[in-house]
Formats: sequence, C-alpha cells, structure tokens
Amino acid sequence: MGNWESPHFAQAGVKAIDCDIHNEVPTLQALYPYMSDFWCDYCQNSGFRGADANDYPRGAPLTAHPDAPSPWDIDLEHVRQRLLDGWNLEYGILNCAYRVQSVHNPDLAAAIAHAVNDWQIEHWLDPEPRLRASLVIPSQIPELAATEIERVGDHPGFVQVILPVRSRTPYGNRLYHPIYEAAVRHNLAIGIQYGGAPGTQPSPTGWPSTFLEEYAGMTQVFQAQVISLVAEGVFNQFPELRVVLIESGFTWLPAMMWRIDKEWRGLRNNTPWVKRPPSAYMREHIRFTLQPIDAPPTSEQLLQMIGQLESDEMLMFSTDYPHYQFNTPDEALPSELPASLTRKILHENASTFYQLPQAR
Amino acid sequence: MPKYVVATSDEIPPGESKIIEIGGRSIGIFNIDGEFFAIRNSCPHQGGPLCKGIVTGFLESPTPGTYHYTRKGEILRCPWHNWEFDIKTGQSWWNPTQRRVRKYEVHVETGEDIEASSSEREKGPYVADTFPVTVEQKYVVIEID
Amino acid sequence: MENTTTKRLKYPVIDCDIHNAVPPGGLSPYLSQRWQDHHKTFGLRGQIGGYYPRALLNAARHDAWPPSGLSPGADLGFMQAQLLDAWDIEYGVLNPLIPVGEQLNLAYSAALASAVNDWQANDWVEPEPRLRASIVLPYENGDLAAAEIHRCGPNPAFVQILLLARTREPLGNRKYWKIYEAAVEYDLPIGIHFGGNQGPITGAGWPSYYIEDHGGMPQAFHTQVISYVCEGVFDSFPTLKVVLIEGGFAWLPPLIWRLDATWEKLRSEIPDLKRKPSEYIRDHFWLSTQPMEEPPKREYFEQMLEQMDMNDKLMFATDYPHWDFDAPDRALPSYLSAELRQKILSENARNLYAFEKGT
Repeated sequence: MGNWESPHFAQAGVKAIDCDIHNEVPTLQALYPYMSDFWCDYCQNSGFRGADANDYPRGAPLTAHPDAPSPWDIDLEHVRQRLLDGWNLEYGILNCAYRVQSVHNPDLAAAIAHAVNDWQIEHWLDPEPRLRASLVIPSQIPELAATEIERVGDHPGFVQVILPVRSRTPYGNRLYHPIYEAAVRHNLAIGIQYGGAPGTQPSPTGWPSTFLEEYAGMTQVFQAQVISLVAEGVFNQFPELRVVLIESGFTWLPAMMWRIDKEWRGLRNNTPWVKRPPSAYMREHIRFTLQPIDAPPTSEQLLQMIGQLESDEMLMFSTDYPHYQFNTPDEALPSELPASLTRKILHENASTFYQLPQAR
Repeated sequence: MPKYVVATSDEIPPGESKIIEIGGRSIGIFNIDGEFFAIRNSCPHQGGPLCKGIVTGFLESPTPGTYHYTRKGEILRCPWHNWEFDIKTGQSWWNPTQRRVRKYEVHVETGEDIEASSSEREKGPYVADTFPVTVEQKYVVIEID
Repeated sequence: MENTTTKRLKYPVIDCDIHNAVPPGGLSPYLSQRWQDHHKTFGLRGQIGGYYPRALLNAARHDAWPPSGLSPGADLGFMQAQLLDAWDIEYGVLNPLIPVGEQLNLAYSAALASAVNDWQANDWVEPEPRLRASIVLPYENGDLAAAEIHRCGPNPAFVQILLLARTREPLGNRKYWKIYEAAVEYDLPIGIHFGGNQGPITGAGWPSYYIEDHGGMPQAFHTQVISYVCEGVFDSFPTLKVVLIEGGFAWLPPLIWRLDATWEKLRSEIPDLKRKPSEYIRDHFWLSTQPMEEPPKREYFEQMLEQMDMNDKLMFATDYPHWDFDAPDRALPSYLSAELRQKILSENARNLYAFEKGT
C-alpha cells in the first residue's frame, strides 16, 4: 500500500499521541451482536441501513488518503501496523463518527449508541492497551445520553464523549447539562467532531450545494459551538470540563476570539456569568486536534497564527487517519515549529488533557 | 485647583444628570441619591459621548441563569459600544485599572461659602450665564486642574 | 448641540454603512392602497421566531435619538448634523434595514421594496447630495428582484444592491442568479449586510443570547463567501463585485486558507471552477471595516492585514446610528500608514461606488 513511511519524529524515537484516528462501524450488521433481539428484528424488518450520515462521502478524495484504505475497511490490525507500531505511538485516540443523532426514534438511537460502544470495547479497546476511544451517545436526548455515559463511562478505555459539531441546538444550551454532569463524573473529555446529521441546515443561511462547501464551511459551525459553550456558561457550571475540537482547523480561532472579546466588553451584561474575556475560557478549556491545519501559504504566517493563539497548550497532534489531510507522513507535523512547542503538540498537551498514564 | 460653579444643587435631582462644558472639556455631573459625581463626557475607547449613555445597575451572576441586579442608577453605559462605567469611580467594568474615564471632584457649597472664597474660584457657566450666585442657594462646584 | 462641531480629519471620509429609518407613515406615499391595507391588516410577516432582545432600543446609540421624537436614523436633519456635518463626510451609503426581502408574501415583498427604494430616492438622496442609496429587493425571488433592479438601476441615486447575510439559501445558489445578471448590467455592487432571519441563525441551531446572535454574524458571511466562489458565480458574472458590510474582516484570511486547502482535495466535485478560491475572493470581494477588529496586540492587526492582502478592498463604515458605531477619527488604529488610512477612509470606496454617476 504505497508510500507510508514513518515520519522523522518517529524515526528519531520520539513518542507521540495521535488524537484523531477513525474507527468506523463497517455496517449496521456488525452491531447486531450488541443489540437486543427486538432491535435487530426492528432494523432488519424495516430495512434500516444504519446511521451513516454521508458526512464523509465514501468516494470523496478527502475521506481516505491515497495510500490508505477506506475508513470502513480499517480494523485494529491495520491501525496497529500503520500507526501504533509504524509511527511508534504511545497512544491513539479513536473517534468513531457513527451518527446516532440522525435517528429520530430516541430508543433506537440509544440502542445503537449502546451497541457501538460495546463494539468498540470488544474490537478495539480490550485487545489494544495503546488505544483510547470516544463514547457515541444519543446527544439529541441528553438524559438518554447521560444514561449511556453512566453505563460505560468507567471503562478505562474511554476518555471522551463525541458530540458531532452539527447539532439541532448549540451545545452551550442548558438542555445538555446532563451530558456534562455525567462526563465530569466519569472524568471524560468532550470531543466536538467535524460533521453530524441533525437534519437541520449546516449554516446560518440554508443548505450549501456541495460537499466541498459544507466541509470548508464547517469551521463556522465550530465557531458557533465555541461561542455557545462560553456564552451560555457551561464552563462556569462545569469548571472541570475539558473540550477538544476534532478536525476543526484552528487558524480561525484568533480572529473569533478578538471578535467575541470585543462583543463581551459591551454585551457582558447579556451573559453576566461570563466574568473573564471569552478568550480566557477558550484557552483554559478548549483544545484542538492538529489536522487539518488549514495553514497559510508561508511558514512565517503559520507561526504568526500559532502565536496569536497566545497559548502553547491548545494544539494536540493528530493524523485524522485515514482522512486525506497531508500527502506524506512528514507533513503531518509542521517542521518549522520550535522544539519545545513540537514536544507539547506531539505529546505533552494530549497527555495532560486526556490524563493518560505514562506508558512504560 | 480652580473651582467652577456649574449648577444649583436642586437643578440636578437624584437620578438625573447634566452635561456641562468647562475649560474646553465636556463633563457629566450625576446625582446619585443626593450625592454628586462628575466624569469626563468622553469614552476612553473611541471618544463617544459617554455621559449621554443610559444609566443602569450593576449585574452580577454567580452561576448561569441567576441575575443579581444591584446599585441601580450607579452604572453608566457608553452610547457607543455599550461599555459599562462606574459613575462613582470612573472605572470601566471590563478593565477597571486601564480603561477608566477621568473623574473630577465635585461637591455642594452654599452661596455664602462661595461668595466668601470668590478669589480662588473661576466663574462657571452657571455664573457666567444669567444667574448670579446668591447666599440663599446651594451650588454644585467642580474642581478641575 | 454637542457633537456637531466638525471634527476635521486629515483625509476625506466616505461612510459605507448608514442606516436610514422610516418615520411613521413615511412609506404611505409610495405604497398602493391595496398594500397599505394589507400592511394594516397583517403587518410584517417573515420567519418569526428568532427574538434576541438587543442591548439597546432599536440597537441604537442612546445619543442618536433625535429631539424631533423620530427614531434614530429617521430624521435627516439630525443625521446631517450628528454624522455628515460632524465628521465632514464626503459621501454616505444608505442601507435601510427594513425587513423587505424576508417577507413571506412575495408580492408584498416586491411592493415594499419599490416603496422603500422610492422613499430613499425622494426623501433622502434628493434633498442631501452627500447621500446615495442601496436598492432593497424581494431577494428570495429572482424574477421579482431583477425587475426591481431594472426599475431602479438607471437612477444615479442608487450605487449598490442590498442583500442580508442570513438568506434562505447561500447566495451562490442559482435561485439568486437573476439578481447578479441585472446587477452587472448596471454595474452595481452587491452589498451583503449584517442581519436577516431565515431559520436557525447558526449551523448548530438556535443559540440563546444576543451576544451569540450579534457576535456570531461572521458565520453567515463565511457561508456566503464560500458559496459565491464554489457555485461559480464569478465565472458566470466576471464583473460582479460583492461588498461584505458589518461583518468585520479578520475572519477572512483563515477562511481563504481553509477554502484553498479544501478545494485542493475536493476540486473534482466542482471541476468547472477556473481558478483557486483565494483568487476569486481577492478579486471580487470588498469589506467594510465596522465593527473594527480590536486584537490585543498591534502586531496581530498588522499580521492580519498582510495575510489578507486586500488593502484596496477595505472600506470605512460607521454603522450610524447603531450602538456599535465606529467613529471616523478614532476607529482605525493610530499606527496605520497615511497611505492605507486614506485608502480605507475614502479612496477604496470612491473607486468602487459610482458616486458621480448622475452629476
């Protein structure tokens, strides 16, 4: 399978943590062993094909690197060989993008989420100690989502809960508090991930025509979620909550911080619990996976953008494997970063954020 | 420090304010529960006419969804961009140490006192206009360097 | 009156965003009896259900209420004194924010648009030679919108077509192309202004607070820029110019990089697009400066301008009489070069808008 050498840092023996590896549910049938007879029959009799939202179209060039298989064909053995061993990773964080939020029947959505998590435990977590995973939850019904977090949240393999960035209501809304309560109780991070299929428009202005527009435009949905989390007081209510934006890009953050900080100077009265500039909450609570970088054309400008974050703790290395975000493995990590920052991005920031034990 | 007589004390009742021009400066005089305060009528942000903003209270919140609204009548919001200022101290809410509006000493004096010390007093607009200071009245006096 | 002393600036000022409001009954002379009756009976009906009570009444500067008792922006004499004379403004572009294009009843939307445009030409531009107006449209219907452009386009009172940022579909969608066809015929730029209300105001649903509504507006502009480029609008209308008004501008460089990067991967989906997205953006978009970006450090602002590389496209605006007004003498950072200051304050706008068309 072609040109997939290990990158320089791995060859130099530097251990990294990859914060975004996709483990996709291959078919709904793969979940049947983890569903009750009733739900298996229900799905079979209705011809339901599963909660795949096509937010990563199967043939789209972005969905799989030219030297990688389709996300739905990737199994544990492949991830071990490609990344864990091949790139000498200390840990890999799995982010399953199964969109139970697209299922309107709340009980079915919950049953599928339950099955996805049990499937992750059996096929990924139990056999491989270097992997950590993300809980799939029916976030559209926060009480049921909290129940699922309670059920499996203490499994040591789960380190976070996935919320697709597209939602019917922004994640700062108080209706989601049961999810955050449960996440904090089980010491889980919240991973807000590219995509989702809530059935509502992916922009403030209707539906774009193409996948390209939707993908490029997803940064504005991430912005809406970040603003919502801060403005609606989630971090005031849950001071321990940790949030990571997955596959969001990050170069948009400084401009958004300036804008919202400016708004807050005049409108803080509107949300008086926001006592510090919104950007301060963002730096404290929010992290970003590295890929896609959406880098400016020059190295100098990339360093400017990283400087404008005013934090060396916000970026965490990721490959977004098998998505096509860089050509050669050496491009996964920008080479122009200072050594101390490289160390933080490759390892320290994620190790701290996910509270991962030092591997022996 | 020159003093200016800028109003009779009953001209600005509690909860009201008056903008005066003095020494080339525009200044707002506010009466909060019988006590007078004076601040520059120019926002440190973009120079907006701060003292023409709305007067409001101070809002605090220990937790999302709770609103503690106190000190009604003591907080001024700039009509441009809505920054909040404490009328009593001139401090902005969001950056009290660096973003503050100039505050002036202001107090009430009797006409008698004013007459007695007239040598150290510049004539304020009130005096300069139509009404002479009379001993029976009380006046708002501002000190400006 | 205070604030009427002219604050002489070193450079001329053109204000690209002034909001004129309708005084009570102001549109009646321009509306047929049929639509006056309709208005009295049914009122304005858009997609109601998005109330975010604003920080201030009418979202206006508290000092912008005229002594006449009219609403801020409704009293020409007061606007002349408080804005045009106070800063010696050379030209001002009117963008009335009357919910015309949002009306669900398209026939009413069209009648209202004509009334607002006639009112602007007669009651504002005619008596005040420093003002020019933007054509408001029943923009959710291409045929009706194009007819209104053809009606108003030849009138030199109008220098722009006004759309709002939150439309029912992204503005590159073909349903809007008749607007662009007519716009290029009269060489009128398309101005897209902050606002609109056509469903959930974020791609993540309805947020709760005004600060999210107001501070989240760049999200709509993101979508519009992407849509214009990717739907091939500029290939079909190579002379079309688009002005993004009251959206700020610091968000644009990262969007350019994101869009170029995504296009590199996914260009096979839109194979007809002739150039890189960034090239269309730098050629076809202008931006008004308000609300002025205020990063914590000067160097960030300078980096952002350099990354954006659109110094010929930034145009000053006050947003008078709204609460987030930018003052011509104070809003721009003091460290900008004289050359750039001059471009932003007036030159770029003078090059874009046909202010002298009728003279």
